Amino acid sequence: MNATRFFEKYTSRFWLVSVFIFLYIPLLFLVVFSFNSTRQDGVFTGFSLRWYEALLSDSRLVEGFWLSLKVALLTGTLSVVLGCFAAFVLVRYKRFTGRTLFYGMVNAPLVMPEVIIGLSLLLLMVASQRLFGFPERGFVTLVLGHTLLGMAYATTVIQSRLLEADRSIEEAAMDLGCRPIQVFFLVTLPSIAPALVSSWLLTFTLSFDDVVLSEFLSGPGVTTLPQVIFSYARRGVNPSIYAAATLLIATVSLGIIAYSLYTLRQQKKLTSGLG
Amino acid sequence: MQKKFSVGKRFLIGVPYVWLLLFFVLPFLILLRISVTDMGSGVNPFAPLIDTTGGSWRLMLEFKNYISIFSDGDASSGPTIYVDAYKTSLKYAAFTTLLCLFIGYPFAYFLARCKPSVRPALLMLVILPFWTSFLLRIAAWKGILADQGVLNNFLLWLGVIETPMVMLYTDVSMLVGMTYVYLPFMILPLYATLVKMDLRLLEAAHDLGASPFRAFWLITVPLSKVGIVAGCMLVFIPAVGEFVIPSLLGGAENIMIGRVVWDEMFSSNNWPRASALSVVMIVLILVPLALYYRSKDAAEK
Repeated sequence: MNATRFFEKYTSRFWLVSVFIFLYIPLLFLVVFSFNSTRQDGVFTGFSLRWYEALLSDSRLVEGFWLSLKVALLTGTLSVVLGCFAAFVLVRYKRFTGRTLFYGMVNAPLVMPEVIIGLSLLLLMVASQRLFGFPERGFVTLVLGHTLLGMAYATTVIQSRLLEADRSIEEAAMDLGCRPIQVFFLVTLPSIAPALVSSWLLTFTLSFDDVVLSEFLSGPGVTTLPQVIFSYARRGVNPSIYAAATLLIATVSLGIIAYSLYTLRQQKKLTSGLG
Repeated sequence: MQKKFSVGKRFLIGVPYVWLLLFFVLPFLILLRISVTDMGSGVNPFAPLIDTTGGSWRLMLEFKNYISIFSDGDASSGPTIYVDAYKTSLKYAAFTTLLCLFIGYPFAYFLARCKPSVRPALLMLVILPFWTSFLLRIAAWKGILADQGVLNNFLLWLGVIETPMVMLYTDVSMLVGMTYVYLPFMILPLYATLVKMDLRLLEAAHDLGASPFRAFWLITVPLSKVGIVAGCMLVFIPAVGEFVIPSLLGGAENIMIGRVVWDEMFSSNNWPRASALSVVMIVLILVPLALYYRSKDAAEK
């Protein structure tokens, strides 16, 4: 028995560590080679910041960044609002005409290949442009496409939080004379706030990172940051995108550290408040 | 009061409902419509389905886009490029799913057996790469697996190999890239089921004389079936339609169906065929999906 325990312990360590190495090697690669002094990415030839300079003076990457940021900010917000609506409907209204269809429509984008969502939305946009003369392929179509997918994710996150929420507090507020709209803003919304924040971050990230939908929905002269990176990466080595990656990794890491510190402080506050 | 509430309710249901009908169902209907039009004769792809010119009603359906996917009228030339692309897609999706299961199952198992205090941190480490660009991580693999890349240089330096291995633009790079991207989708549902498992069952099996392997096979695996099925679906379905990874890490012969749809749409400008290819792809995905929902329903009962 001891031998099996021993065996299991070391297999466990080995497997966990190996998979983590596998998951983190590309990130390490990106950070290291963003500081390389030459273009080749097989050997580290020396430290330099030239790719960061190249990144900042590359107008396609910089413009793509601002476009992606705008699209992602709007997508995150719209997705959370629509996702909140949809989650509410799914959790609170068990019976209305067309509920099955609604349920299917909310979840379908999650399992549909992005290529098909992109293609069918593009066909819709073209049809609408022929009939009504709008929208031009570009910013608007990008936001619409990203929000369609983002809403599905936001709904799932908010729905699970809403299912856990304690309804008796809402009922108490109602009994004390709150109007439904007040109950929503004063009781329900604060209780699902963490889910709203995390679904906003999730949909923002999905939009900021999306290539496939953007390839279908962006118009001539409108290119998001992932699209620029995609075209550079297909052509060959360009360490400017490694520099962009490193900046992204740094931002995400800082965000996570800040978030951990915040939750730690909240916990401390909570325990000291109780004590 | 009662009336106000019902207006609010209607608004609450109406907004997401109309949004989804307009931007999910309608586009899909247009896709179906265009997949049965004839592009060659310059017909407007958005023309009504029923043609009333000339006094009689004719239903304008054209299935040749579907037929041309499966045969090009020449029996000697073998399967069409479309059939090949479907096969390639299914092949990579299946191998990726198996690899993710093989790597992910032990990982999730060991993770679930770690001390409860370290589990959240380790789980966080699994999810963390998600928040950095998926595209950039794939681009990194391109640099790692290249002929003059880091991995080859490292192995040459170690003396394991004499000449650089060709890994990029082959099955190796495709499977590494796809497994890399989809692994967390396999680990998370597996972990969720394994961590809930009652470990006393294993003790009981041990007391009754079962070997650890037998106990694992007869208790742990059946109990984690829900997680296995969910993980496989979450990997297999998006992997079939994968578009970015074959473009960056695949060679000329690794063409998957997602790429073909894009090419038909933008290079050949053949909208009906791109639409028909998409419809067939959906049918291919619906089969495992139906099986998944059936097993989920069975598990809930």
